[in-house]
Amino acid sequence: MRIPLSALIGMIFTGGFIFVAIFAHWIAPYPINDPVGGVWEAPSAQFWLGTDTIGRDILSRLIYGAQVTIFVALAASILSFALGTFLGFTAAVSGGWLDQALSRSVDLMMAIPSLIVALVLLSVLPLNLTVLVLVIGILDSTRVFRLSRAVAADIAVMEYVEAAKLRGEKGNWIIFKEILPNALSPLVAEFGLRFIFAVLFISTLSFLGLGIQPPLADWGGMVKENRDGLIYGKTAAMLPAAAIAALAISVNLVADWILTRTSSLKGGRGG
Amino acid sequence: MADDLLLNIKGLVIEATAYPPGEPPKDITLVHGVDLALKRGKVLGLIGESGAGKSTIGLSAMSYGRGGVRLAAGSIMLNGREIRTAAPTDLRHLRGREVTYVSQSAAASFNPAKRLMEQVIETSIGHGLMTKAEAEARAVTLFRKLGLPNPETIGSRYPHQVSGGQLQRVMTAMALCPKPDLVIFDEPTTALDVTTQIDVLAAIKEAIRDTQVAALYITHDLAVVAQVSDEIMVLRQGRMVELGTTDQIINAPREDYTKALVAVRSIEHEEKPEAPAVLSIQNVTARYRGTNFDVLKNITLDLPAGQTLAVVGESGSGKSTLARAITGLLPPRSGRISFAGRTLSNETKARSMDDLREIQMIYQMADTAMNPRQTVGDIIGRPLELYFGLKGAEKQRRVQELLDQIEMGAGFARRYPAELSGGQKQRVCIARALAAKPKLIICDEVTSALDPLVADGILKLLLNLQAESQVAYLFITHDLATVRAISDKIAVMYKGAVVRYGQKSDVLAPPFDDYTDLLLSSVPEMRLGWLEEVISTRKMASAGN
Repeated sequence: MRIPLSALIGMIFTGGFIFVAIFAHWIAPYPINDPVGGVWEAPSAQFWLGTDTIGRDILSRLIYGAQVTIFVALAASILSFALGTFLGFTAAVSGGWLDQALSRSVDLMMAIPSLIVALVLLSVLPLNLTVLVLVIGILDSTRVFRLSRAVAADIAVMEYVEAAKLRGEKGNWIIFKEILPNALSPLVAEFGLRFIFAVLFISTLSFLGLGIQPPLADWGGMVKENRDGLIYGKTAAMLPAAAIAALAISVNLVADWILTRTSSLKGGRGG
Repeated sequence: MADDLLLNIKGLVIEATAYPPGEPPKDITLVHGVDLALKRGKVLGLIGESGAGKSTIGLSAMSYGRGGVRLAAGSIMLNGREIRTAAPTDLRHLRGREVTYVSQSAAASFNPAKRLMEQVIETSIGHGLMTKAEAEARAVTLFRKLGLPNPETIGSRYPHQVSGGQLQRVMTAMALCPKPDLVIFDEPTTALDVTTQIDVLAAIKEAIRDTQVAALYITHDLAVVAQVSDEIMVLRQGRMVELGTTDQIINAPREDYTKALVAVRSIEHEEKPEAPAVLSIQNVTARYRGTNFDVLKNITLDLPAGQTLAVVGESGSGKSTLARAITGLLPPRSGRISFAGRTLSNETKARSMDDLREIQMIYQMADTAMNPRQTVGDIIGRPLELYFGLKGAEKQRRVQELLDQIEMGAGFARRYPAELSGGQKQRVCIARALAAKPKLIICDEVTSALDPLVADGILKLLLNLQAESQVAYLFITHDLATVRAISDKIAVMYKGAVVRYGQKSDVLAPPFDDYTDLLLSSVPEMRLGWLEEVISTRKMASAGN
C-alpha cells in the first residue's frame, strides 16, 4: 500500500504532537507557571520561543498546552462519537417515531449556534474539565448523529440486514455486528475532522475566557494572554495560534487520506 | 475476397490492471490471442459466461478499452485499415460513424435531461453526415422500422417517458442513424422482461436485415443469439472455444463446453402428487404504506410439504411482494397465512423464534445478502448459534458439514464473501438457510444473476437438498425454463393477481389463457426460426408495448 506524501506529512506531524502531549513533563525545559525570564523576551538560546506576558517560557507552555488541548478535544470527540453513533444507528434501524423524535431534537439543537449554547451553559455551570468535555461532546454529537444516521440508513436497507431481521436478531446485534463494521471507515475519517473542530472550539472558548482555566495552560488561552503584545510587535500570541493551525492541517491531511481510501473501496481506484 | 471483410481481428491480446484489495496492482490478461473475421452485412454472435471477454472483444472493434483495459497486441483491421494503434483523432472520426454501439442498460445510457430525438441524431450531425432535417427524417424511419408507437412524435419525449423495451429500441435507432458499417450490440435484451425481450429482438433483427449493416451480437444466452446471428463464436476465459455457423453450433456442437451450453436448462424433474400443505395463503391482499392500490390482490395458494411451488411473472407482477407478505416484512391488509398448522402473525416482530427459524429466505443478489465483513464461517454459524445454541468446536463441525452439503470443501469457512465466485456466494446463502433446519425456503430469483451453467448447478443442488431434507421451496422467478426444471406446482402472477395456478402438468398444458400463452411462448428456444414463428402466432402484445 502506497501512502501519499501529504498523508505521510500529516501522520508525522500528528504523531509528533501526540508524542509531545504525552511526554510533556519530560520534554518541557521549564515549569509551566514560573516566570523564568523578562516580559516578552525575544527568542534566544535560553528561551527558544521567547517568554510571555509575565515572563514564562513560551515553549514550555506550548508543550503543556498541547497536553491539555489534545486531551480535552480527544475526550470530547470520543464522547460525541459514542453518543452520536449509538443514537444515529438506533434512529436509522428503528425508524418511525423514535427516528423522528431524535432527528427533530438534533435539528433543534443545530438550529442554535453551538458557540452560543456553550457560552450560556458554561457561564451557568462550574468551570472544570469534566463540564467542558461534556458540553463540547454533547454539542458535537449532533453532527456525528447526522452522519452516522445517514451511513446506517444506507446500510440498513441492505439485504443482509433484512436477513438478520428475518432471522430474529435483536437491535443490538443488528447495530453492532451488521451495521457498525460496515460503517467504520467513513466514521473514522469523520473522527479526525470532529477532533479538529473540538480543538478549535476549546481554543475559542478559552480565548473568550470560558474554556480551560489558569493555572492550566492551553493554546487558546495563551493567545488571549499574549494578544496585547501584538500591538507592540511581539510575536508571542502568534505561536499558539500557529500550533493550532499546524495540528488542524496535519490531522486533516490524515483524515482526507482515510476518506479517499474509503471511497476507493466503493469502486474508485484510490491510491 | 479480402474486400468483403469489414472487420478482421488477428491475435488480439487484451490486458488490464487489477487492483486487488490490500495487494499491489497487477497486470492480468483478459483476452489471449483471439482471431475474428466479419463480412459486410453479416451478424456474428459472441457468446460466453461473465468473464469470458465477450464485451471486451466487442468494444475492441472500435479500438476501445474500458477503464484500465489495454489492447496490448495483435491487429484490428476495420475497412482495411489498422485501428488498434490509430491516433485519437482518427478514432474520433471512426466511432459513431463507421462503428456504433448499443449497450445493455439503455436507461443508464441516455441523458435524462435531453429529448430522445436530440440524442438519436447527435452523432450523425456531429460527424457532419447529414443535415438536421435529414437526420430527423432518418430517425423517424428507423423508429417506424423498429416498431415504436407514434414514430413521428416519440422523439420529442424524454427518456423517462418511454418504457424500457422502447428505450432499448430508440438506442438501436441511435446506433443505426449515422448509417454505420458495423453495430456492436452488447447484451441489448438482457435487462428486459421475457415478453418484452422478444419484441425488441424481433425489431433488432428486422432492422439489421433492412439496413444491411454488419453486427457483433454479444450475449450470454445462446437461445437469443441463435435467432439473430449468421455465425456464433463461443468464448471462455478470454479464449475462443468454437466458431461455426449458427446451425452447426446449435444442432451439432463439437466442443464439450458448447455442448454443455446447448444442453443447459434441460434438468428433468418429475412432479410430485398433491399432498397436505405446509404453507397455506388464503385471500391475502397487501399494499405498500402511503399508496392507494393493492400490489397483491386476493391471493390464495397452497404449498405441500417437501414440494416446490414456483411463482412466475414479469417484473412488477407482485411475486417478490408475496415473499415479503409471507415473511411479515409487508403485513397483509387482509387474509390469512398459515404455516405448519399455525396461523402466522402478520408482522415479523410478533413471530416466535420457531416460526422465524422454519421459514428461511435466499435472495437474488448473494452479494448484498451477506455481510461483507463476516467470514463464511460466521455467516453460516450464526443461525446455529442463535437457534440451537451451538458454540466452539460443535459449531465448527456443523458449519463444515453444511459446507460439504453445498459441495464446498474445507478452508472456505475462513474466507470473506468478496473472495468467492458468484455461484459459491449463492451456495453459502443456501447453507445459511439450511443451517436453521427450515421447513420452507423462499427462493427469490436465486439463479437470475448467475451464468447459465452455474445456475444449473444451483438448481441441481436445491433439488438434491430437497430430496434429502424434505424442505419445501417457494420459488420466485421470471424464467420459465427454471420453473420447468424445479417445480411441482406453478402459480402465474400478472399485475398482483394469480391468473393461473395448479399442478405443473396442468398449468403447462393447453388450453392457455392469453397471458400464460404470451409468457410461455416468449421463452427463447434453442432452435432456428423460433422467433419468426412466435411473432406470427401469439395472441397478445407484451405489457411493455
